[in-house]
Amino acid sequence: MKDLFEEIWESIKRNKLRTALTGFAVAWGIFMLIVLLGAGNGLMNAFMNQGDRFATNTMAVYGGVTSKPANGYQVGRGIELNDRDITITQSALFADYVDKVSPVLYNGPYTLVFKSQHLSTYLCACNPDLLDMNKIELLFGRFINRNDITMQRKTIVLAAAHARELLNGGEDYASLLGKTVTGGGITWLVVGVYKTDRSAQRVEDYVPISTIQTLHNKRNMVGQINFSFHGLTTREENEQFEKTYRAALNRAHKAAPDDESSIWIWNRFTQNMQMDKGTHFIRRALWILGIFTLVGGIVGVSNIMLITVKERTREFGIRKAIGASPWEIMKLILAESVSITALFGYIGMFLGMVACEVMKMTVGQSSVEFFGETVQLFVNPTVGLGISVGVTILLVIAGTLAGISPAMKAARIRPIEALNET
Amino acid sequence: MLIELRGIHKTYDNGQPLHVLKGIDLGIDQGEFVSIMGASGSGKSTLLNILGILDNYDEGEYWLDGKLIKNLSETEAAHYRNCLVGFVFQSFNLINFKTAVENVELPLYYQGVSRKKRNELAMHFLEHFGLADWATHYPNELSGGQKQRVAIARALITQPRILLADEPTGALDSKTSVEVMNLLTELNRTEKVTIIVVTHESGVANCTDKIIHIKDGVIGETTMNEQHKASVFGTATIMK
Ligand SMILES: Nc1ncnc2c1ncn2[C@@H]1O[C@H](COP(=O)(O)OP(=O)(O)OP(=O)(O)O)[C@@H](O)[C@H]1O
Ligand SMILES: [Mg+2]
Repeated sequence: MKDLFEEIWESIKRNKLRTALTGFAVAWGIFMLIVLLGAGNGLMNAFMNQGDRFATNTMAVYGGVTSKPANGYQVGRGIELNDRDITITQSALFADYVDKVSPVLYNGPYTLVFKSQHLSTYLCACNPDLLDMNKIELLFGRFINRNDITMQRKTIVLAAAHARELLNGGEDYASLLGKTVTGGGITWLVVGVYKTDRSAQRVEDYVPISTIQTLHNKRNMVGQINFSFHGLTTREENEQFEKTYRAALNRAHKAAPDDESSIWIWNRFTQNMQMDKGTHFIRRALWILGIFTLVGGIVGVSNIMLITVKERTREFGIRKAIGASPWEIMKLILAESVSITALFGYIGMFLGMVACEVMKMTVGQSSVEFFGETVQLFVNPTVGLGISVGVTILLVIAGTLAGISPAMKAARIRPIEALNET
Repeated sequence: MLIELRGIHKTYDNGQPLHVLKGIDLGIDQGEFVSIMGASGSGKSTLLNILGILDNYDEGEYWLDGKLIKNLSETEAAHYRNCLVGFVFQSFNLINFKTAVENVELPLYYQGVSRKKRNELAMHFLEHFGLADWATHYPNELSGGQKQRVAIARALITQPRILLADEPTGALDSKTSVEVMNLLTELNRTEKVTIIVVTHESGVANCTDKIIHIKDGVIGETTMNEQHKASVFGTATIMK
């Protein structure tokens, strides 16, 4: 083994410039592959972050505008969801699939005031079940509970980002518990603070639905309905469920059962399925692109090795004349090819990872305003260990492929012919 | 018989066929010191390459040390070349990016001998040939005579059954030629190495015990030369 590496080292030393040029092609190929994959991962992580905000087995239902005449009504009638729709959702009809149900009614914007601090926010009116559906992580205190709902208490669960603002940058969120803030002319009792991360787009504060309904004289109005479900695993099952569910709500609102624009259903599960497909596609496309770049490098290495073989014909002839088997000769070329590819491949990979880190620190920190919501472009644009292992295997295969034709050529050299050449 | 050739035919076919060997029958015993002479183009090198398993033949049989050397795979051929024959060329054919000692130990590498043992043995051979001081020099730092002695050391390091030399003095001046021939003679006398030398030079042939003449692709007369009086220029001379 050591001898083999010495031989390769000798050969590389004798052809420094040539080796460096070929190496550059390979390093560039791998560099591009890593950077592309890193950027792709960044994009996808940003996607995923959005998706991650909610439990995937939930649906959000909104009222829309009818598109079919029914029961004597014209098209274009606005539909507003109400408590009866909640009851339908919770009814035995859908009990096989539906778990938890919560209305979601956005109110605002309000100006929340605490001491001398104030900020503008939307209040999200809901019931206790929204906690799990929206993956709300409480830092201090509690979430809206049953008592809040039945007693129509004026309680509020603040976003950590808002708590910070109200405390004028202070971190002692717990000190807000039991205090009151005013908003929309009402005094709210702070009962909890939940975690918000930097990438969260819209930050809202939670209040009991019943309180809002009463205060604003919006009895029955629920805005949207969120519910979690189970047992719907395929696209077909989901579509079937959505169809019957939509029909039930439509009937309740005297709309055509198959009217798809009167009731909007946003199924996060099928949404996610689609996103998975999308990310798969992007990832595959990036691999293919990167591999094409790499193939360029391979062809380069292969050509260089062919020239090397031609130049070393006499030497190989001598080796064969003193007893080197064809395989011994092949080994020399293959090992050299794999070494060059792997060495420069790793250099490219290292530089690629450095580039990814740089991306992470620059583009990764930036975000864009998108319809009033802050969206991060890249989240953690790096490649994992798995990819590195994949690249290593790829490099060895690439090096072998590049070396195989020159190596066979070298192995076929006939000693007398090689020695007759001058 | 160490070497036995029976009806060896060889035709080169580069566009138009050239029948070079036309039925060679030859036997050589263990420990013989033989030279092959003949006009240029008579097929001496062709014959020696076949003996050295560097080339194949079309017809006949070649037995070396009791083994039939025919239709070998490249791997088998490599194995036999490695352990049965040592080959010395007119143009030395040393690997020029390897030092003298590295060149000498290379055949042992292909036998899988350990690094340390290889090096020891190669140094031993170089010392024996008076080249110890040149062991770490590269071929381009050596004189022709030194190069040829390194090449002979390389050919002998695996202790082969035969040593084949194709015009080993062809690229050397007369003084160095004498040195090389003396070395070969000594190897034959003391180590009992079987040696076959192809040469143009009657002086070189005169050093050997038996001179085989090749003519028109067949073996012509064979001269016994134990007295070393074959040279028209007298004994123990090599004329250039
Ligand atoms: N590889 C080859 N292909 C075609 N013809 C060849 C080949 N090698 C040798 N020959 C021809 O075969 C004939 C014999 O060649 P060979 O080298 O055996 O002669 P030789 O006796 O060694 O001559 P010299 O004394 O000049 O070295 C020559 O005519 C030569 O041109
Ligand atoms: Mg010749």
